[in-house]
Amino acid sequence: MFPNAFEYEAPTSLDDAIRLIREHGYDAKVLAGGQSLLPMMKLRIAAPAVLIDINGIDELKGWREVDGTLRIGAMTRHAELEHARELADSFPLLSRTARWIADPLIRNRGTIGGSLAHADPGADWGAAMLAAGARIEARGPEGSRLIPVDEFFVDTFATSLNEDELVVAVHIDKPTGPVAARYMKLERKAGDFAIAALGVQVELDSNGRVAKAGIGMCACGPIPLRATKAEAALIGQPLTDETIKTVSRLVPEDADPTDDLRGSAEYKRDLLRVFASRALHEIAEELKGKVGGQ
Amino acid sequence: MATVFGKAVKRREDPRLITGHGQYTDDVRLPGLLYAAILRSPHAHARIRKIDTSQALRHPGVVAVFTGQDIQGKMGTIPTAWLPPDSGIVTPPHHALAVDRVRYVGDGVAMVIAEDRYTARDALDLIQVEYEVLPAVVDQEAAMQEGAPQLHDEAPGNVAFHWKVGNFDPSAVQDADVVIRQRFRQQRLVPNPMEPRSAVADYNPATGEMTMWLTSQNPHIHRFLLSGILGIPEHKLRIIATDVGGGFGSKIPCYPDEALVGFAAKTLGRPVKWTEDRREHFMATTHGRDHYDDVELYGKKDGTILAIRVRATANMGAYLSTAAPGVPTILFGLIISGPYQIPYAEADVYGVFTNTTPTDAYRGAGRPEATYLLERMVDLFAREIGMDPVEVRRKNLVRAEQFPYNNPMGLTYDSGDYHGALHKALEMAGYAEFRRQQEEARRAGRLVGVGVTTYVEICGLGPSQVAGAVGFQGGLWESAQVRIHPTGKVTVFTGSSPHGQGEETTFAQIVADRLHIPVEDVEIVHGDTARISMGWGTYGSRSTPVGGSAIALATERVIEKAKKIAAHMLEVGEADVEFEEGQFRVKGAPSRQVSLGDVTLQAYLAWNLPPGVEPALEGQAFYDPSNFTYSFGTHICQVEVDRDTGEVKILRYIAVDDCGRVINPMIAEGQVHGGIVQGIGQALWEGAHYDEQGQLVTGTFMDYAMPRAHFFPTFETAFQETPSPHNPLGVKGIGETGTIASTPTVVNAVLDALSPYGVRDIEMPLTPERVWRAMKGAQEA
Ligand SMILES: Cc1cc2nc3c(=O)[nH]c(=O)nc-3n(C[C@H](O)[C@H](O)[C@H](O)COP(=O)(O)OP(=O)(O)OC[C@H]3O[C@@H](n4cnc5c(N)ncnc54)[C@H](O)[C@@H]3O)c2cc1C
Repeated sequence: MFPNAFEYEAPTSLDDAIRLIREHGYDAKVLAGGQSLLPMMKLRIAAPAVLIDINGIDELKGWREVDGTLRIGAMTRHAELEHARELADSFPLLSRTARWIADPLIRNRGTIGGSLAHADPGADWGAAMLAAGARIEARGPEGSRLIPVDEFFVDTFATSLNEDELVVAVHIDKPTGPVAARYMKLERKAGDFAIAALGVQVELDSNGRVAKAGIGMCACGPIPLRATKAEAALIGQPLTDETIKTVSRLVPEDADPTDDLRGSAEYKRDLLRVFASRALHEIAEELKGKVGGQ
Repeated sequence: MATVFGKAVKRREDPRLITGHGQYTDDVRLPGLLYAAILRSPHAHARIRKIDTSQALRHPGVVAVFTGQDIQGKMGTIPTAWLPPDSGIVTPPHHALAVDRVRYVGDGVAMVIAEDRYTARDALDLIQVEYEVLPAVVDQEAAMQEGAPQLHDEAPGNVAFHWKVGNFDPSAVQDADVVIRQRFRQQRLVPNPMEPRSAVADYNPATGEMTMWLTSQNPHIHRFLLSGILGIPEHKLRIIATDVGGGFGSKIPCYPDEALVGFAAKTLGRPVKWTEDRREHFMATTHGRDHYDDVELYGKKDGTILAIRVRATANMGAYLSTAAPGVPTILFGLIISGPYQIPYAEADVYGVFTNTTPTDAYRGAGRPEATYLLERMVDLFAREIGMDPVEVRRKNLVRAEQFPYNNPMGLTYDSGDYHGALHKALEMAGYAEFRRQQEEARRAGRLVGVGVTTYVEICGLGPSQVAGAVGFQGGLWESAQVRIHPTGKVTVFTGSSPHGQGEETTFAQIVADRLHIPVEDVEIVHGDTARISMGWGTYGSRSTPVGGSAIALATERVIEKAKKIAAHMLEVGEADVEFEEGQFRVKGAPSRQVSLGDVTLQAYLAWNLPPGVEPALEGQAFYDPSNFTYSFGTHICQVEVDRDTGEVKILRYIAVDDCGRVINPMIAEGQVHGGIVQGIGQALWEGAHYDEQGQLVTGTFMDYAMPRAHFFPTFETAFQETPSPHNPLGVKGIGETGTIASTPTVVNAVLDALSPYGVRDIEMPLTPERVWRAMKGAQEA
């Protein structure tokens, strides 16, 4: 568990970082929280010749709300989002998801940007960002662009980022109606990657019907997947037992799990159904009385 | 002074260990230290065609590279030290580095010695090995089939040994109303102590002396074996294993790697260090368990158990590790009738070679396997005859008045009150009330269940004569030396080799209690062959009953001698002196007294000693127990199973253990806690898994699920104290009881919860998916 020798760069500005990435190309790896990269280096699955440490770049840290959109810097740690009380009401998935990631030590180091860029289909942020309808802000030599999360993940450990681009932030629109969310996950042991997990976010209209629905699935395909059919079936419906039952059954239809050490595809599909049902029941309960006039 | 025996004295080793002032083997730094790295086979079975080390040798910082060919004839092979009699056991040569064939993923192929650890690791990638991959077999039953790949010429059919014990006789079960047959799988486990294995060797070519720091549970055994392997006479070989961060059995064996470190230091004349990384631990440190057990239980409708039989196949891995053959035989077969009055029993065991990491002792070693199958069978039997499982146990348990009790395998259980422990645990658990609640819960659609285990354990290994009779190639007594210094402070030298169990505290309590001095005045020295005359080490729950008893005897000898001197000082006969409250007093005239301190000083000054009494104050004992000692108890677990996901939640866990007299209840409880967690780890989460090609797919903590704190409720523990009649302390063992009892307790609880589905068995670990599948299967059936 000893990495190979490497050179170490620690730029303090985004421009410098991008320049270095350009300069070193394939030989380099960006170091964020290091919680995926360093284990791979210790196992010598990854052996970069140069590490570009982006921990010293202030522009990548923290979050702010501008014009109804939350912009979370890529270097924001899982633990910061877990404990951000001020985000809990409008962006409930952040804390609800973060608390499920790994253990406290890893959450103190690991970052949302690093997790998304790493594109492990077992990572929790991917499913949650699908449910929240996020956009990923990428920056390269040519400047910034926003990538809808649905277009961000390409394959296992592969994203639509260009080789010389960095994730600099995540954008999430602030819900306008009553909103509630759940993240549900089954692990083999505390702090483990999911056997299967599900992020669900629901926004109601003034009549108590579903205005927006996001359902993201984790560890159930080569990339985080959206339960499109189930989402469509929710729109315009009140959250009755009947609706929930129908919708939960639809969730696994968009999943594409495989058999692995953590579990069989069959089991994972059924977990998705159970989680969807539980999540929607809890959400319905939470949103009761939150709709105007009811 | 109040007695300290039985008090929850805080662990004295902890301040040192938790503030980083311990000295583990990897902490040892010596001038000129070199580092070793070992190239391991990526194949489960292959012929080595060619090894090219030239590139590695040219790498800057590399000092030497050794292959199997290089060490041939220069160092010995790795021995097996437990040879069960009448078992036809074969011990094919186990070379420290593979010579022409590798037999498991992790088998050593070459060793690099370099100036630092990174360089050594880098150089491994520069060694070119040409392999001819051979078919591999990882399952012991498959390995016994005709046409299976053969591992060793010496072992046709891959059978390492076949051992049988028991008095079963078909005529004895003619009256049986029911026969229960069930097959169980004991999965393979990885020990995973916190501290990985490590060795540092320092050789002085001028004196021929070698010092080795070693992660060892038994440094004297290691000295004995390494002396032979390395050709260094025993009196010139010193093994130091003071701070060892856990072992669970995995630091008993003599491994190739540690021997190679010694060989390299001797060959190069420079100190060498090697520390395994966690991946190496997973593939090259011995694993535990791995049986198939086909079991038969014969019983009567009234709940009487007439006989139990097991046919077991034990996976020994690619080579026979040091103590390995004793584990699925002696430590398993002799106790399969457990705490019950089962008149007939039989164990028929095959030890089988496969292309996997060698197995050896793992916390409980053999006894958890026996207890598991027995307790599972008792529950199946109870279910079959429609009796409460507690009732079946109550009916069959050996009764208090039957001790000493001879079991059908020839063991004599020393003492016990099995019904007492059962009763106490049932009270604590509110068993009857729980059964009522269970009915209600079931009506409400919840799946709750309870499991009850009554167990007995062979511990305090053991009389040396028995060790010899069962093929253990060593003695099982223990040494102790108690030295009172002129100022009254005491150093104790023990042959036990604690590595986390807390004996620096409990052993000091034994001595402080007898000498009436503060615990702080007693220092325990262990784990150094240069300071301790001899020792057989720590395993088999033997340290307190055997090592502790040796210390008690040595302390008595000190007091005896001090009494002679005191009598002389008090000018009375020895018979008129008694030792009370730290004073030697004249019987009937207690004001005439001298303190232990005064006597000690006189012993050293030696100005006026009684005739025939030598100066100084030391006691020595070599204690060989007359029997094993048998801890026992009852564990109860309540669980709830999630109907939808199959998750198991532990609601309550109750443990009543009887380990004889308890020296330190806090430490004993800590041992119980750790044991329970480890045993439940096997029941619910852990399992090493090989694929068909023999690749270890659970090779990191990412894939191998260890128990975590949040899975557990607060354990409810209690002790019952039935002293062992045959050792001076009345103590038994507590280190393994939790692991022995908890596995079947939890599995039986889950199966009880699933009884509406009629599920008979789920293979361990009982992952949510396996439980879900069992429910689903039952529903579909
Ligand atoms: C034991 C363990 C358990 C874990 N359990 C979970 C879990 O349950 N759920 C879960 O979701 N995750 C889990 N993780 C992963 C963890 O969340 C990581 O923190 C995360 O995947 C990567 O984030 P990081 O900041 O640590 O990235 P790093 O490890 O530093 O980098 C990961 C990869 O992304 C690249 N990268 C990093 N930042 C950027 C950027 N801004 N732009 C472009 N590329 C970038 C790096 O070059 C590297 O290739 C676990 C990790 C461990 C070690």
